[in-house]
Amino acid sequence: MATCETCSPFPAIVQLPGHSVHFEKKTMTAILSVQNLSKQYDGGFQALKNVNLEIDEGEILALLGPNGAGKTTLISIICGLVNASSGFAKVGGFDVVSDYRQARSLIGLVPQEIALEPFQTVLDALRFTRGLFGKRNDPALLKSILEKLSLWDKKDAKTMELSGGMKRRVLIAKALCHEPRVLFLDEPTAGVDVELRKEMWDVVQQLKEDGVTIILTTHYIEEAEAIADRVGVIRGGELLLVEKKETLMQRMGKRQMRVELMQPLDKIPEALARYNLDYLADEQTLVYSYEANGERTGIASLFADLSKAGLILRDVETRQSSLEDIFVGLVEDKS
Amino acid sequence: MNLLAAKSIYSFEMARFFRTLSQSLISPVLSTSLYFIVFGAAIGSRIDEIDGVSYGAFIVPGLIMLSVLTQSISNASFGIYFPKFLGSIYELHTAPVSFVEIVLGYVGAAATKSALIGLVILGTAEFFVDFEILHWGAMLAFLALTCISFSLFGFIIGVWSKNFEQLQMVPLLVITPLVFLGGSFYSISMLPPIWQTVTLFNPVVYLISGFRWAFYGTADINIGVSLMMIAAFMFICLGIIGWTFKTGYKIKT
Repeated sequence: MATCETCSPFPAIVQLPGHSVHFEKKTMTAILSVQNLSKQYDGGFQALKNVNLEIDEGEILALLGPNGAGKTTLISIICGLVNASSGFAKVGGFDVVSDYRQARSLIGLVPQEIALEPFQTVLDALRFTRGLFGKRNDPALLKSILEKLSLWDKKDAKTMELSGGMKRRVLIAKALCHEPRVLFLDEPTAGVDVELRKEMWDVVQQLKEDGVTIILTTHYIEEAEAIADRVGVIRGGELLLVEKKETLMQRMGKRQMRVELMQPLDKIPEALARYNLDYLADEQTLVYSYEANGERTGIASLFADLSKAGLILRDVETRQSSLEDIFVGLVEDKS
Repeated sequence: MNLLAAKSIYSFEMARFFRTLSQSLISPVLSTSLYFIVFGAAIGSRIDEIDGVSYGAFIVPGLIMLSVLTQSISNASFGIYFPKFLGSIYELHTAPVSFVEIVLGYVGAAATKSALIGLVILGTAEFFVDFEILHWGAMLAFLALTCISFSLFGFIIGVWSKNFEQLQMVPLLVITPLVFLGGSFYSISMLPPIWQTVTLFNPVVYLISGFRWAFYGTADINIGVSLMMIAAFMFICLGIIGWTFKTGYKIKT
């Protein structure tokens, strides 16, 4: 399929019934573009299924999903650690396979596991990485990166002497020292205590301010909430949705009240029309959605109107719609 | 071509060598000194000259080769295996480098180290035996070729190894016997005819014979054949490495 990068509409990530996918006209080219990317491992495990994704320069995208969802596989393919089975990925317009030199120069990767040469000093580690990317030593730049990550006073320490949090920051510093335009953070806060997590979030925010595009993977919804501009939800190798955080949170901020009735209902009575109720016939249940943090939830008047309509209640349950619900909803929509 | 990357890897590997300089040098120097004392002085004095060369002097090229081969393999295999073991190999995969830069860096450094060790042993030998080198140029060329080709071989072992046992298996089980049976301590002509033929299948024979020719001008095997064999070995290793990287075999999933 021939696609023109500048004028083609962005591929529909997911189409929910009743939701139109936002084709916001973007003036700039996406810094990262993934098309029809699939990965089947040798054992036959399908880690990624036809993933499409576009990311604009300067945004923070959080890839959210349970363990084994394919998050790491996706970024590993983009960064060159894993070969894709089909499809392609481009960074800054360069294909990550055929133009790997140009593409990789634009990418920094912070891996999930701490992997550092134990006997190397922090500054040597940075110099090494910068050299690997074909760039000459730039002491002023390395100093500023280390200062930003509060590592400057540790510059001559061997990496094995550092605490876990510092090691993680060294990995970030290494990923940044060749001045990448896109930074991948693979589970930057997995197994990290609360304080350090906050610290990491500050670092990410700071990097965004410096204009770095950031893609991070996480299985913590709070993390996505705290730092991302957009959130992609990935499960079972499929990218279920990519949405602005606000939109997603709005949906997740909804509460539902489920009212189970004694008698089945033919249709929702006219008097209850203003509540936009859904009726689940097989459960004899009315579902009312409302804003949890709205000033008036409307529950009291709903109950009054229900009894006016002569409906007898068997049970009432309220619950917060969760990310899990969105997952399930999406999977059901698809099947 | 990202030469700075190759240089980075090279200097990083050399830095490790110099960081552990005493270990890197003491053990090969000590063990070869022991060989000189035992074989050169103690036993050698009771052995006749071989091709007009005293036994002590005769074993010098073989002993240098013994160290150079094992050092090349262990340096190069460890150099690439260690980042694999630590996980820091991800940096090589995500950097804008091809296998050419990676090989230049790692194999270049491993070859340099073993060449240095070879020269130090040569210097040590001066203390124990009298010898002269007839063809200095050929000697250095043979040394360099051996260091490079066996570092390439070690690199392959490092890339393919899944654990430390495998890493040590080949040097221990294959290289040491080949070197000992490759004429380090004797001339092939001293063997019974049938073993002389068997020996021709040992690639190390060609190395030691060629190297000895550079020292004393006598060889078991024609110097041209020796050169061809080592060049062939080098190209086979290069080919395997190229194929490994191209297919991602043992490197990428």
